[in-house]
Amino acid sequence: MEIDPFIFRLSIFILSIFIGYYVVWSVTPSLHTPLMSVTNAISSVIIVGAIIAGLSGDSENIFNSSSIFGFMAISLAAINIFGGFLVTQRMLQMYKKKKKDN
Amino acid sequence: MSANLSAIFYLISGILFILALRGLSSPETSRQGNFFGVLGMVIAITVTFLSIGNYSSGFIYVLIFLLIGGLIGTFIAYKIPMTAMPELVAGFHSLVGLAAVFVAIAAFLNPEAFNLGTIGNINLGSLIEMSIGAAVGAITFSGSIIAFLKLQGIMSGAPITFKGQHPLNALILISIVVLTYLLCSTQSSNFFWILLAVSFLIGFLLIVPIGGADMPVVISMLNSYSGWAAAGIGFTLENSALIITGALVGSSGAILSYIMCKSMNRSFFSVILGGFGTTDQISSSSQNKEQRPVKSGSAEDGAFLMKNASSVIIVPGYGMAVAQAQHALREMVDTLKKNDIKVTYAIHPVAGRMPGHMNVLLAEANVPYDEVFELEEINNDFANADVAYVIGANDVTNPAAKTDPQSPIYGMPILDVEKCKSVLFVKRSLSPGYAGIDNDLFYKENTLMLFADAKKMTEDITKNL
Repeated sequence: MEIDPFIFRLSIFILSIFIGYYVVWSVTPSLHTPLMSVTNAISSVIIVGAIIAGLSGDSENIFNSSSIFGFMAISLAAINIFGGFLVTQRMLQMYKKKKKDN
Repeated sequence: MSANLSAIFYLISGILFILALRGLSSPETSRQGNFFGVLGMVIAITVTFLSIGNYSSGFIYVLIFLLIGGLIGTFIAYKIPMTAMPELVAGFHSLVGLAAVFVAIAAFLNPEAFNLGTIGNINLGSLIEMSIGAAVGAITFSGSIIAFLKLQGIMSGAPITFKGQHPLNALILISIVVLTYLLCSTQSSNFFWILLAVSFLIGFLLIVPIGGADMPVVISMLNSYSGWAAAGIGFTLENSALIITGALVGSSGAILSYIMCKSMNRSFFSVILGGFGTTDQISSSSQNKEQRPVKSGSAEDGAFLMKNASSVIIVPGYGMAVAQAQHALREMVDTLKKNDIKVTYAIHPVAGRMPGHMNVLLAEANVPYDEVFELEEINNDFANADVAYVIGANDVTNPAAKTDPQSPIYGMPILDVEKCKSVLFVKRSLSPGYAGIDNDLFYKENTLMLFADAKKMTEDITKNL
């Protein structure tokens, strides 16, 4: 009997939860705010679904009911991707070690 | 690009996201980690374009909408003040939630484009995954909007409770399961829309009763939800990058919620049920508040104590963020250091309105991160320190958490500020903190209350040093 491809995706999902568990416990508490903003940015990889929806129309009918939701989702996800990564970068740049001489 | 090849690229982008989180284990590696995250995102988006390969129709519009979102995001990222980070994160969570909802709607309206079957005959598995993604996305959206409004102060931070709240919520949650079942058995779009509406409603109802002090838990929890929503959509789209990311973000938020709950000695369940810091708790604690004497002092007194100290520990809290006092604080510390006084910072896990909130503000004020310590690292040092400078923190220093089993915060790990030789407590008034309880520390022999705005008091002390 063949294994349903769903089972493979489920395996990826469950193993990723375990990876997430160990990786996040090793995040230093002082970086918990950047952790939240970067997870915001990466979860916006949902934009791939939005792009598929946005490109689903044919040339006569670019704006159909489905692609309109796709376009809106593209903008929302893009706000998060750019905003999330840039604000994380801005925060991380502020974390400095003590200067040796001062 | 073949489906297999693009699947491999999605896997690579998933791995890069894992490395992005891994980088955050120390500030030195974190910037590289962020770069991996960006790289993973670029790969995922590029591969999606290449695998669709249809540039004739909507491609230009996709780019336009991408650009609009990108410009707004960039603008926000550079304009937002660091003190507003909790609101920003809550706002971003709501966008992830809404994007998940929109993608689910798009897939429901046009399943052919996603290879999920045809309208009215969507594969059962995909329909279930889609419903879960849409429902969790909708809950994330409306819940985050409420959290955002509470953090912004547009909506009162006080918990809003009403009779029959819990039975109502339970009923709605059951109806979500029933609606998903009906949707799958009939494929009727009506059930899909009702499911979405009900999910928006429950997100709103779940967060409204949770008070301001519990915001660190709420934000972490919504972070987790946004991950599960993304994972649900990832299953629908059969996209491993999205599944991996959803699982990572989901577990990340769950762990943060757990850390926050533990730091408040509260069960996750009691936070979710809400109602912490309601008025009856304030009145019960005010009964034994029979006008006890407090010592209050001026900036000169504070400066005098610090000048004669050899070590000072700073305890910042949400009040520092509100008063934007972090830069003034750094200047004060600089002056102290010039007088050969050892200064460190002690941060309670739930100080502020989100995990790590205080660390970001101190970093913004150029405080080196190796002078900033977590509760377990520094708690034993209070006994040997001369002065504790409590600026904008309150409940996290309350000794009642150790001594008074009646106290609502009993059992919460606190910073042992009372063990210091003297305590300087900067506060605007004697009013209780967010937990709505009185702080015994105010009335201790060795405590000097400095009644003023945190920023102004800190500046005045610096002048007198």
